[in-house]
Amino acid sequence: MEKEITQEKSAPQAIDQKSRDGVLLEVNDLHVWFELRRFGFGHAGYVRAVDGVNFDLKDGQTIAIVGESGCGKTSLMRTILRLNHPTKGEVIFDGKVINNLKPSELKDYRSLLGYVQQDPYGALPPFMTVRNILEEPLRVNGIKDKTELFNRVKKSLEEVKMSPAEEFMPKFPHQLSGGQQQRVVIARAMIMNPRMLIADEPVSMLDASVRVEILKLLRNLQESHNLGVIYITHDLSTVRYFSEKIFVMYAGQLIERGNVSQVLNNTKHPYTFALLEATSDPDAKNALVQKEIPPGEPPSLVKPPAGCRFHPRCPHMIEGLCNVEEPPDYEPEPGHFVACWLLK
Amino acid sequence: MEKNNTVLDIQNLKLYFRTTRGTVQAVDGVDFKLKTNQAVVVVGESGCGKTSLSKAVLRLLPRNVEHYSGKVYLNDIETMSLDDEEYRKQIRWVKMSLVPQAAMNALNPVIRVGDQVAEPMSVHYGVKKEEALQQAIKMFQHVGVPVDFINRYPFELSGGMRQRVALAMALVTAPDLVILDEPTSALDVLTQANIFNLLKRIKSEMATSFVLITHDIATSSELADRVAVMYAGQIVEVADSSRFFKEPRHPYSAKLMASVPRLRGNDEPDFITGQPPSLIKPPTGCRFAARCPRRFERCSEEPPVTKIGDDVVKCWLYV
Repeated sequence: MEKEITQEKSAPQAIDQKSRDGVLLEVNDLHVWFELRRFGFGHAGYVRAVDGVNFDLKDGQTIAIVGESGCGKTSLMRTILRLNHPTKGEVIFDGKVINNLKPSELKDYRSLLGYVQQDPYGALPPFMTVRNILEEPLRVNGIKDKTELFNRVKKSLEEVKMSPAEEFMPKFPHQLSGGQQQRVVIARAMIMNPRMLIADEPVSMLDASVRVEILKLLRNLQESHNLGVIYITHDLSTVRYFSEKIFVMYAGQLIERGNVSQVLNNTKHPYTFALLEATSDPDAKNALVQKEIPPGEPPSLVKPPAGCRFHPRCPHMIEGLCNVEEPPDYEPEPGHFVACWLLK
Repeated sequence: MEKNNTVLDIQNLKLYFRTTRGTVQAVDGVDFKLKTNQAVVVVGESGCGKTSLSKAVLRLLPRNVEHYSGKVYLNDIETMSLDDEEYRKQIRWVKMSLVPQAAMNALNPVIRVGDQVAEPMSVHYGVKKEEALQQAIKMFQHVGVPVDFINRYPFELSGGMRQRVALAMALVTAPDLVILDEPTSALDVLTQANIFNLLKRIKSEMATSFVLITHDIATSSELADRVAVMYAGQIVEVADSSRFFKEPRHPYSAKLMASVPRLRGNDEPDFITGQPPSLIKPPTGCRFAARCPRRFERCSEEPPVTKIGDDVVKCWLYV
């Protein structure tokens, strides 16, 4: 059944279809700065939420962006969805620059993206039934036929394993459990048959026992629809089951990029080390040892530290280098990029 | 062992709430003991009654309580027979304190954090304000908050710092027992690890006992000596952490452990099918039976609590 859906023609696609080596999304030197104003007008600096990010996403590829809150992962994602304007640099989706799309083009562009929010309860309007929630994106994109609406809602509910679908359709979000709410959010993201899915901490609000179930569901959808997926998270332990690549983000920049095994087993950046050290596995021995965690907190994005942004917290800081000059991307092994002077 | 080394002894604690749809049996006959200077972790899914348990122990009850009974011994004092005023004066925040869920938002936004940390001292011990502030400064140093933060307001602190302040407030009266209700669930991984480092240090330096309530099993192992698993208002297993994290006994605990994604190792995590039962009319017999992979005929009857050494398990498989 899932095969059928892949073959089905999706919504009108204004954006031209020629693929460039299967690259679906290209992010080039992207900067997203927010202006700070004093007393409502005078300029008071910028919050550099995203500061020079480069990466590609191929068709059917899954990448995870890992970082702490305030590191800019959500700003990056919102810019890809074009909810924010890039300050500098470009986002190219399927060969087309999306920086300055017209409103009608933007609607078509967004119909090719699915977005799974963090908090399912906040993401579902409380006054709409599941059926209305799922019909809305279809109506917005010009589908009016009642039987088609019904059939597509039914199919998408079945796809997220909510069956019998008819039973869930008249329900309101508060009548569903957290896991079911998140399934509805995923069904809504998938209903336009998108080519790319952006999942912003899709399981962080859910119970441990349901998390794995939702992640497996997302992975099945990704495989059966050959979706490109950007999975945003702060939890390294779930990444391994879900994605091919890990990008570690710190203070608006990607500091380590590579395949899951490269980043987890051949870790190079001290910040990635710290993240791995901080992530616990259930083991009674944990209670007996103190962890080595860098002190302090991520820097302000208004005035980021000079040089490497991690240097004030880094245990291996090289005086006169790390605090002066920004490290370039080194490539210790093919496909593994690390912005750290230790690799010089 | 000494005779008096049990700090907390809960016996058949029940807390029911009245709602329009019927009685919610949030805590339904909970028993467990905690030794001095140990930490017990109470784990379970959301809605299993973990937070209600902490409220029942600290007697912070909402208005719609229908039934509240059982015995809570704190260092051999039977607290349930005290009236509310005696309880407030003798127990709450003197012998037992709480770091509430989302502690970072539990601080009063319009009072300086130093004053908030000092307040329990002046309320419970009647010390002068300067003295209480001195004590607060000591606590700040203890939990790793810079002393000059004492005159700041909560919004001027980061999440991790606010969490430390909430912890300082719970520790300022040097209570015997601190209840931590999801102390780090809203924090980043690095901050979380720092807070757990701090809790471990406090546990060894101040000889405090902890009850840690959480759904995050992986991080709970950072502090646990004992683990209590709660399901649908009841404790289904209590075990030593060294045993529990390797080989949980109750099928629910086993399923719960299998659902934890691990960074190291190669096991695929599993999930628990179905949903926890409603606490309004919980099923008769074993409450986990409907989701249990190992159920058999006897599970339609309520399983007894079986003692295995120091550990207990509530399952027919061990009778």
